[in-house]
Amino acid sequence: MIADLSTTLEPGRITAIVGPNGAGKSSLLLGLAGLLAPASGTVTLGGDDIAGLHPRVRAQAIGYLPQAPDIAWDVAVEALVALGRLPWRDRGTDAIEAALDALSLQPLRRRPVSQLSGGERARVLLARVLAGEPRWILADEPLAALDLAHQLALTAHFTACAANGQGVVVVLHDLAIAMNHADRVLVLKDGRLIADGPPELALDPQVIAQGWGVKARWLGVRGAMALVAHSGPERANRVIE
Amino acid sequence: MTRASLVFGALLTVLVPLSLLAGRVWIAPWADGPANAALILGELRLPRAMLAITIGAGLGAAGAAMQGYLRNPLADPGLFGIAPMAALGAVASFWLGAVIPPAFAAWALPVMALAGAGLGMALLALIAGRTSSDAAGGAGGGIALFTLAGLMLASLAGALTALAITLAPSPFALSEIVLWLNGALTDRSWREVAIAAPLVAAGIAVLALAARNLDALTLGEDAARSMGVEPRRLLALLVVGIGLTVGAGVAVAGIIGFVGLVVPHLVRPLTNRLPSSLIVPSALAGACLVLAADSIVRILPMVTELRLGIALSLIGAPFFGWLLLRMRRGQL
Repeated sequence: MIADLSTTLEPGRITAIVGPNGAGKSSLLLGLAGLLAPASGTVTLGGDDIAGLHPRVRAQAIGYLPQAPDIAWDVAVEALVALGRLPWRDRGTDAIEAALDALSLQPLRRRPVSQLSGGERARVLLARVLAGEPRWILADEPLAALDLAHQLALTAHFTACAANGQGVVVVLHDLAIAMNHADRVLVLKDGRLIADGPPELALDPQVIAQGWGVKARWLGVRGAMALVAHSGPERANRVIE
Repeated sequence: MTRASLVFGALLTVLVPLSLLAGRVWIAPWADGPANAALILGELRLPRAMLAITIGAGLGAAGAAMQGYLRNPLADPGLFGIAPMAALGAVASFWLGAVIPPAFAAWALPVMALAGAGLGMALLALIAGRTSSDAAGGAGGGIALFTLAGLMLASLAGALTALAITLAPSPFALSEIVLWLNGALTDRSWREVAIAAPLVAAGIAVLALAARNLDALTLGEDAARSMGVEPRRLLALLVVGIGLTVGAGVAVAGIIGFVGLVVPHLVRPLTNRLPSSLIVPSALAGACLVLAADSIVRILPMVTELRLGIALSLIGAPFFGWLLLRMRRGQL
């Protein structure tokens, strides 16, 4: 699905992976997490081939946040967050408390997950990853089901993680969030990297036209940009007319 | 020791003496019993109680593990098809009854049933090698496909068992087979306990090893793998653990259904609901359930004793319906 992709990601930064539907964003993220083996080539972590790492060692280094997982059992928030310690096989009380603090979940810690709102649930799922104290956080569309306020709140948590020295890699649909909050953006189309760089360059209107087939321009000032699309792909136009 | 283990452990210590005293001949500890009381206790009721505890513990633990693995509270260890394979092995032994030397005849049934369970496990392992989604293996069907493979195995074993029944060598063998398929603990001795107890204990230990991996599955397969769970290893632990617990149970008592399905639901409200917290308490609760049910069928005033397997299905099937209703209301 992904072809000819070679890149190096840095810790302490937010890297956004964007692209139209079916571009291979989630597959790339799974590959980076060591959960999907490339047909050829390697993914390395600090010089080690990730496929050769013991699964537990890999899990200690990389926290993976899947896209809106359904939670099989109606456990309490603290029990779910404590799952983050599984790669370490310890109780990790301090790390769990720190994760609950970081995402302001202390008041909810005994609440069953079935009684959480969408925003609370997203925070709990991220806290589970943070409890594992990974060097890398890989998140697949963590903002997809959230309203504007919760999107911003969760994005602020990712920014805090990056400031903390953790590498953050997120698949995003909302290009404005990538533009305003990422340090670097990878744009994928049909499994190929068509742009890679700081958001102003990687999300240039020309790249958006090439990737999404949409004429668009950015409005606003740096850090608070909005994307305005003028016309959709030609197909879509024809349907509308 | 968790709260759930304490509750069901305490219940079991109450049930065991009650079960020993109850039966066609009632034994009152404070009065002079019948002359053969020691014989009834030592040779009939104690082994029967031990066997009920063994089988119930195995089925309870297997049920908890299976529901955790399939992330589904309606799953039953029978879904892996190991019990029907064990039953097929047992039925085959009735067929071989004529050619087996009398000295081995008593062992033929449990040994053949265990062989059936082992064959089931081997077939599952073979299928699993092709379906489990590992990072190294690339694409795979994962848990859903594997479960369908288990169902396929169960239907095949069921069909072969039905074939063996219709072609039964004699009417006597036919009635033996049908009676045996409806599991029971009547007329069992220490020999059956000696066969089943070590295997079930080993099986529960294997399932306990898998417990934390099952917790990781709470968030789905990808999340579990990202937390260091190796799907092939987990599957191997489950096939062996469920094979030993369920296979050994069928080998000595026939098919006893619904215990694995029902028991985790009795235990879950007393725990944090993660699969790892259910396995040991479910073993204890399963032991309580089978021991209580077997004591009750023993004292029911019926001409022939109600078969334990039938009794548990009569309780279990409506319970399953109630679970479905609760699930529809979103309470599960």
